Amino acid sequence: MSEAPPALVSLHRQLGLTDDEYARIEGILGRKPNHAELAMYSVMWSEHCSYKSSKVYLRTLPSQGRHVLIGPGEGAGIVEVDGVAVALRIESHNHPSFIEPVQGAETGIGGIVRDILSMGARPIALLDPLRFGPLPVEGRAEPAVAERNRFLVEGVVNGISTYGNCIGVPTVGGEVVFDPCYSGNPLVNVMCIGVAPLQRIMLARAHGPGNVVLLLGSKTGRDGIGGVSVLASSAFEEGSETKRPSVQVGDPFTEKLLIEACLELIERGVVVGIQDLGGAGICCATSESAANAGTGMRIHLERVPRRERGMEPFEVLTSESQERMLVIVKPEDAEEALATCRRWGLGASVIGEVTATGQLEVFEDGVCVADVPAASLGDGPVYHRPAGRPDEPPPLPDTDVAPPDDLAAAVLALAGDPSLCSKRWVWEQYDHQVMLGTVTGPGADAAVLRLPGARKRIAVTADANGRWCAADPYLGTCHAVAEAARNLSVVGAEPIAVTNCLNFGNPERPEVMWAFSEAVRGLGDACTALATPVTGGNVSFYNETAGRSIDPTPVVGMVGVVVDAGPPGTGFRRAGHLIVLLGETLPELAGSEFLRIVHDRPGGLPSLDLAREAALGKVVRGAIARSLLAGAHDCSEGGLALALTECCLAGDLGAAVSPEEGLPVHVWLFSETAGRVLVSLEANHLPALRALAAAEGVPVSFLGTVGGDALRIGEEADIPVSTLREVYEHAFPRAMQHA
Amino acid sequence: MSPIVASLRKTQRAPRVAIIVFPGSNCEQDVLRAFGCMGVRAEYVWHHATDLGGFDAVVLPGGFSYGDYLRTGAIAAFSPVMEAVRGFAAAGGLVLGICNGFQILCEAGLLPGALRWNAGLKFICRPVTIRVETTDSPFTSAASPGQGLEIPINHFQGNYYCSPALLDELTAEDRIAFRYAANPNGSVGDIAGVLSAGRNVLGMMPHPERAVDPAVGGRDGRVILNSMLTALQSLGAGAR
Repeated sequence: MSEAPPALVSLHRQLGLTDDEYARIEGILGRKPNHAELAMYSVMWSEHCSYKSSKVYLRTLPSQGRHVLIGPGEGAGIVEVDGVAVALRIESHNHPSFIEPVQGAETGIGGIVRDILSMGARPIALLDPLRFGPLPVEGRAEPAVAERNRFLVEGVVNGISTYGNCIGVPTVGGEVVFDPCYSGNPLVNVMCIGVAPLQRIMLARAHGPGNVVLLLGSKTGRDGIGGVSVLASSAFEEGSETKRPSVQVGDPFTEKLLIEACLELIERGVVVGIQDLGGAGICCATSESAANAGTGMRIHLERVPRRERGMEPFEVLTSESQERMLVIVKPEDAEEALATCRRWGLGASVIGEVTATGQLEVFEDGVCVADVPAASLGDGPVYHRPAGRPDEPPPLPDTDVAPPDDLAAAVLALAGDPSLCSKRWVWEQYDHQVMLGTVTGPGADAAVLRLPGARKRIAVTADANGRWCAADPYLGTCHAVAEAARNLSVVGAEPIAVTNCLNFGNPERPEVMWAFSEAVRGLGDACTALATPVTGGNVSFYNETAGRSIDPTPVVGMVGVVVDAGPPGTGFRRAGHLIVLLGETLPELAGSEFLRIVHDRPGGLPSLDLAREAALGKVVRGAIARSLLAGAHDCSEGGLALALTECCLAGDLGAAVSPEEGLPVHVWLFSETAGRVLVSLEANHLPALRALAAAEGVPVSFLGTVGGDALRIGEEADIPVSTLREVYEHAFPRAMQHA
Repeated sequence: MSPIVASLRKTQRAPRVAIIVFPGSNCEQDVLRAFGCMGVRAEYVWHHATDLGGFDAVVLPGGFSYGDYLRTGAIAAFSPVMEAVRGFAAAGGLVLGICNGFQILCEAGLLPGALRWNAGLKFICRPVTIRVETTDSPFTSAASPGQGLEIPINHFQGNYYCSPALLDELTAEDRIAFRYAANPNGSVGDIAGVLSAGRNVLGMMPHPERAVDPAVGGRDGRVILNSMLTALQSLGAGAR
């Protein structure tokens, strides 16, 4: 019995506050905090809300750029595209989704959508980067663990489908990746894009003492109390299912009403400030919007509509009941705002007023239950946690492998791997078409969307590679940025901005903090090199179960502007077109999917040259703008083998390619050197492409010709396109079947 | 002559199309835009409305009215506007229910049968090919018999069910508007859309409004909207 019984542990420790933090609170108040106040500080100073371990690093990221209107620190970043505001943000909902996958995924979407809404923007697209432990078919996890992973995939996809489809926001992209490190801690990230007329951008500012504070949406219950401190800011141990009451329950119907009602209120011009209620509930929304405006707020808890009786003040203040927004209006506009909500059938109550005191004063039935400086809740501790490179660097894999006896079998092993195969099973459960804006949807390198109110289109992608970041967090993060930029370039888009979700283990471990600092350094360097400022993001620490930390997994969400209206498709379009590789294939198999899948050697990562990456992007976009290309596809995971496979399948055409001289055929085929794009084009366009590439110093190599009904790789392999399709398309549904 | 036909014959104006908006509808803007592509300015009508006077056609759009809680379409079927829709249909007006709109029409008793969970117990969003089974309707007259149309489906509960006796009746009366070329959801008789006995009410699971603009889903949905507009014109609306 090393742990003291709960009753004997001080209340602040039970709430996740350290002794030092408690002393700091006493210093701020000049007295001992009461229970409600302590609960407020505990959620607001949690890692999830305060970014106390990550702040010092995040400040170093480049956040300025010609498109950026609003950078980090608000509900979402905003960039200007063709005269309209485009909001972008990504969030994680990892722990809730492990405990309760359907509700965890649902409420993750709800939260990010309200972040976008809090900027005054209409949400127009969702992307879901997902990571799980291995599926039963992979044989890389204990059967019971693998079966639970399958259950989690099923539940998370179901949750995204249920919530996203219902609120009428298309899910246009994402990732689904499997690795043993996520068995105890899946990653459920969700990115949202919104759009607003420039003059309609809203901020979480409670200006104007005397103005009225409205709470919109669902009633407040005991669900999700302490979600940010209990779930999001500590690691999992055995028996985590007892934390289930901290997972909130989603109500997408109310969210849909909330979206429409809030946008109507903004359009009517009655909104002074608006803030979403997410982590830390009323406590966070009231204190932040007051602190942002340099005002105070007086809140009357008895006016908060409740789902159940007997709730304590601290429960009402910190409840994370979903589908709620805080709206500040002038007193004379209150009735119009309330009537608008009534028309939508949406709950709305006046719960308080803005004051000039700078204090957040909370009353219940006339009795003051909390009185703290509003700004102090958001002005939590900042930690410079010890960071140290691990004593032993991750082992490098032996890349000296013999060419496979059966090259075709190796190609098919990649095409049928759950991480690389078609995810149609997943995205056909998502409404990816509603709003009629999805020009290119899921399954492509990047989604291409029409932008309401503008002539230009935008492209969106989200990318990461945890395995590479485990080998080298700096370079691995640079790779994620480079791949995202490449994915945008191949659909003809110029990358303009980044948002990010940094998923890491326990920051109290020096090696985790070191990996985090390296990842942020990589993010900054790569975003500077590729001119994509960081407009904000999310940090998710404590992704660790029973002492096992996930691989560092920074997910990079990127938005680009489509320069040319007619981007090429991914696939081969016509027999006789030439197949050309832009960029250079180096003899490097480290970190390749080939070594992981065929030889079970997952370590290492390929090299990367950011200057070459920038040059490649210019060439690809230039070639698309000049209509030189019939198809373009990013060449990354799975190397040329997977890129060729996907181009054959997308166009339902075969291809005959010859291996590059000087490289063993398997090295050429499976190397994952960055900075490469596979294109197809009419023969008479090749000279113009060569000239473009030469001007930027990008190598061009002719690989072969489109045609026939098989992928022919020199004399080494001849795989019917129908076989590729069977393996690539059916792998995932098969893997998801019950044992 | 039905009252609505009589009133249309008298008018000399562009057709007016009402799009009913229930709490939780989410395809109303897409339907508006699709009609806009066809040169028709459709208008939203709130679910509290009790009068559809002046409209020539009514569309119940897709979405999740009342969150699909209880049962898809079950709560919306009791909206005040549904009495007006009932009257409008009884007077011979054109009523098109798309996806959730189809579910509402079944729940309201304006169309026979019911829509169950998809056989695969999964939500499905993808383009499917439907076959036009009858051109004898104001929604399909612009199609050729047996014509294949590629139009997306987007539903969890699109598995049409009716009793064998009713199926015989629908078949005998030529009221099956569309069948799936490859059944995606387990629906009885591969049914994708059915007509009312008066042939002026159509419910269909595929979303024609998602197949109007070649940039985002093709043009096959125009066949259905064109048929409707032609029917309205022959009734008198928009005749100049």
